[in-house]
Amino acid sequence: MRTINSKLIAETVKELCIKANLELRKDILSALRRAREKETSSKARGVLDIIIYNALLARKKRLPICQDTGMVVAYVAIGQEVRIKGVFRKAVERGVAEAYRCSYFRNSIVMDPLRRKNTKNNLPSIIYTCIVPGKRLNIRISVKGFGCENISRTRMFRPTDSASLIEDFVVEAVKDSGSRACPPVYIGVGMGGTIDKATLLSKEAVFRSVAGCSRKRHIAKLEKSILAKVNSLKIGPMGVGGRTTALGVSVLSYPTHIAGLPVAVNISCHATRDARKVI
Amino acid sequence: MRKIYLPLTKKVIKTLRLGQEVLLSGSVLTARDAAHKRLAETLKSNKKIPVSIKGETIYYTGPTPTMPGRIIGSCGPTTSSRMDQFTHILLRHALLGMIGKGERSKEIVSAIKRFGAVYFITIGGAGAYLSEKVKNSKIIAYRDLGTEAIRRVIVEDFPAIVAVV
Repeated sequence: MRTINSKLIAETVKELCIKANLELRKDILSALRRAREKETSSKARGVLDIIIYNALLARKKRLPICQDTGMVVAYVAIGQEVRIKGVFRKAVERGVAEAYRCSYFRNSIVMDPLRRKNTKNNLPSIIYTCIVPGKRLNIRISVKGFGCENISRTRMFRPTDSASLIEDFVVEAVKDSGSRACPPVYIGVGMGGTIDKATLLSKEAVFRSVAGCSRKRHIAKLEKSILAKVNSLKIGPMGVGGRTTALGVSVLSYPTHIAGLPVAVNISCHATRDARKVI
Repeated sequence: MRKIYLPLTKKVIKTLRLGQEVLLSGSVLTARDAAHKRLAETLKSNKKIPVSIKGETIYYTGPTPTMPGRIIGSCGPTTSSRMDQFTHILLRHALLGMIGKGERSKEIVSAIKRFGAVYFITIGGAGAYLSEKVKNSKIIAYRDLGTEAIRRVIVEDFPAIVAVV
């Protein structure tokens, strides 16, 4: 057994919250730059220039990339040979609260969905854990703004439905969101499992590099086709038109039931933010 | 790029073209969901609101807390359509301009045109960059709403695009 002190977990979570909010993912930044070069509309180029400059400025001046510093979701893979000293949940939450207080991030969480009183420390967060082999802790912190979160959707397809119906569903979600989701977006799709599994997969899908593609051939083909259709919508960066509506599409799939085909679409803005560390 | 000075006038609004890129300089109010709900409910019950919105421009934003040595935190636009349900009554009380991101409902688009007002979009997710365009910021109402309080903000060369006019 390896003992990990909860203090180290808190410190790591704090570090990752700060990194995610101040430093745009390298793959996203590179994709924005590539899109800037390919873009033919001068208005779209102007918007992409500002988005890229904003990311560089945020990193240099230690300012949040976006004022919506999000609700923190922690994905923690715990090695089964690890013993945690102290209370795990408390450690994660201490890390989040400290990061948000020290770094002047916005506290965006309300305690009750109806009464809506701000908790003033950005807590609670959402924590997903899984047990894996080994003696390490793999912590990923994701902060997502709600401009794009509000656009996410799920649908239970029939088992006999074709891939093209799923494509249409995803493209429709992007079309309906217009410029509200802060395009160019990164589209995560979860397919299969149960409704909760599909939704979780759609979130995990955007952790993959935006330039990558699925290892499954038929899924990679689906990703490519969705991307082409979405970019032919001509919504463009922040809705000004142009060819860059999405930077990428990532689809994750899981076995499912003979009677169903759950699909979830997670639209993630051009400031797709997360950070990961193994301790 | 054309420079527009705030507060707006109906005369200036008449010269704006759809899709035109502009730089805004002058005074705006900030307000988002909670402040809008409160303003609209107060106006509906014929009570006085704590700030006059006549001729004003509202910027839909909820900035991050201000770091020492800075004027305001990151302050990009939030989704405007969530404010649609409260916008009509504000237009009736002579609100002239709005800045946010994303499309508006059909009803609000026609109301904005009918009242001779204007809706600008700016760049969502560019909160750090836009904070550099703010030259002064002060909370003037609903302090208890925290980030959602109403601020008087002075902007200079704030980039925007005419989205509804």
